[in-house]
Amino acid sequence: MSAKPKVAFYWCASCGGCEEAVVDLAEKVLDVVAAVDIVFWPVALDFKRHDVEAMPDGSILATFINGAIRMSEQEEMAHLLRRKSVVVVAFGSCAQLGGIPGLANFWSRDTIFHRVYQESPSTRNQQGTEPALETQVNGHAVTLPVFHETVRSLNQVIDVDYFLPGCAPTPKLLAQAVETLLSGNLPPKGSVLAPDTALCDECDRRETKPDRMMIKEFHRPHQVLANQEDCLLAQGLLCMGPATRAGCEARCVQGNMPCTGCFGPTSRVTDQGSKILSAIASIIDSTDEAEVSRILDSIPDPAGTFYRYSLPVSLLGGRRPEAIPR
Amino acid sequence: METNGKRYQPRIIGFLCNWCSYTGADLAGVSRMKSAPNLRIIRVMCSGRVDPAFVLRAFRLGADGVLVAGCHPGDCHYKQGNFKALRRAMFLKRLLREFGVDERRLRLEWISASEGERFAQVTNEFTEQLRALGPLQLAAQPEAAAAAVQEVAAQ
Repeated sequence: MSAKPKVAFYWCASCGGCEEAVVDLAEKVLDVVAAVDIVFWPVALDFKRHDVEAMPDGSILATFINGAIRMSEQEEMAHLLRRKSVVVVAFGSCAQLGGIPGLANFWSRDTIFHRVYQESPSTRNQQGTEPALETQVNGHAVTLPVFHETVRSLNQVIDVDYFLPGCAPTPKLLAQAVETLLSGNLPPKGSVLAPDTALCDECDRRETKPDRMMIKEFHRPHQVLANQEDCLLAQGLLCMGPATRAGCEARCVQGNMPCTGCFGPTSRVTDQGSKILSAIASIIDSTDEAEVSRILDSIPDPAGTFYRYSLPVSLLGGRRPEAIPR
Repeated sequence: METNGKRYQPRIIGFLCNWCSYTGADLAGVSRMKSAPNLRIIRVMCSGRVDPAFVLRAFRLGADGVLVAGCHPGDCHYKQGNFKALRRAMFLKRLLREFGVDERRLRLEWISASEGERFAQVTNEFTEQLRALGPLQLAAQPEAAAAAVQEVAAQ
């Protein structure tokens, strides 16, 4: 066995984009591989759960877990990897905040199953079959993991040491994080491994932001042709930059798309959605109720827009179960 | 609404602006007007200081209703603060709807320093309205990982 520090990667409820971020290290991945042993990485290497179980507790220096926790199997793996690792990093928006899968907390398990397995236009399911925990196939019992009622972020399930934000985190931040971990000079537990300022701070269009911004109508990106120089919020596009942590170097804005908030809030903010709601309400250019109402109509789904990545960690958590239509 | 023979007592958090509404509440007090004891008042310098997160946190920590009260339009000590409060409250109500929370649980009122009677009336009305709506039950906070464990055990 080599004496190189051991590193593991795992995915839970995620799209695979975070795995791409690792691959996007490009030739830098060689430096990483030279410095560490990757002992577990289901997307790329053929190690199994029993291989992890066989490792001594605390033998992995750092495990990067991406994805939210929806299924019991993900929860079990998170606990297992926690035991085996000195440091656990919540990697990406889903692990840090619940992410896109967390938007499912606007519905219950029953409504999701019903929609997905029976109602959706592309589904043909005449028997009305829905996933069961156990079923008999040729005389054998086949089981599925439990689909929890809600989606949770990683630190709502296990103790997490660091958070690496982003959908997906940038290769630059990942490389920095690996470097930091290997240096042994660890930041305080619970740190988010990205700058603690708002995105506007590092946005190229910062200079074009008016001193006093007032907006009469909001547009969705497909409704207008945004110019490539001016502050997108000033152009009436809902840019989450003011309520989002910096670190991505405003990549979406560089692509002429408004920030959707994937880096989560800065350390001074707990509830990202209500913070951007507050900011947007402040810049609405009207004091007349009817007109404010009309302007607000141009933002059809504030909850889904403002909590796009952070619903499970938000103050309200999700839709009230009693209010979910059957 | 009655539970165990006792009248249900809603919990209300009130954010009252220093210059008008808090003084109005004070006037109600010194004038010995009776109003429901369900309202817990937090004085803020301006209704425009009320961060929407304050409102959500109040709900999360057990409030059944939140009252935000400020100066009448045009009377704000800081000129524009109450208009910000208006836009935030209107926006928040839309947000609450999406979370399945009855928007009437958030109430915005203009109460001037001389309107002690109005303060008492708003407090009483709001208390009755919340009593009719019943206790607010939010989605369980997912931090309770233990709950999920129990969920697995139950299946």
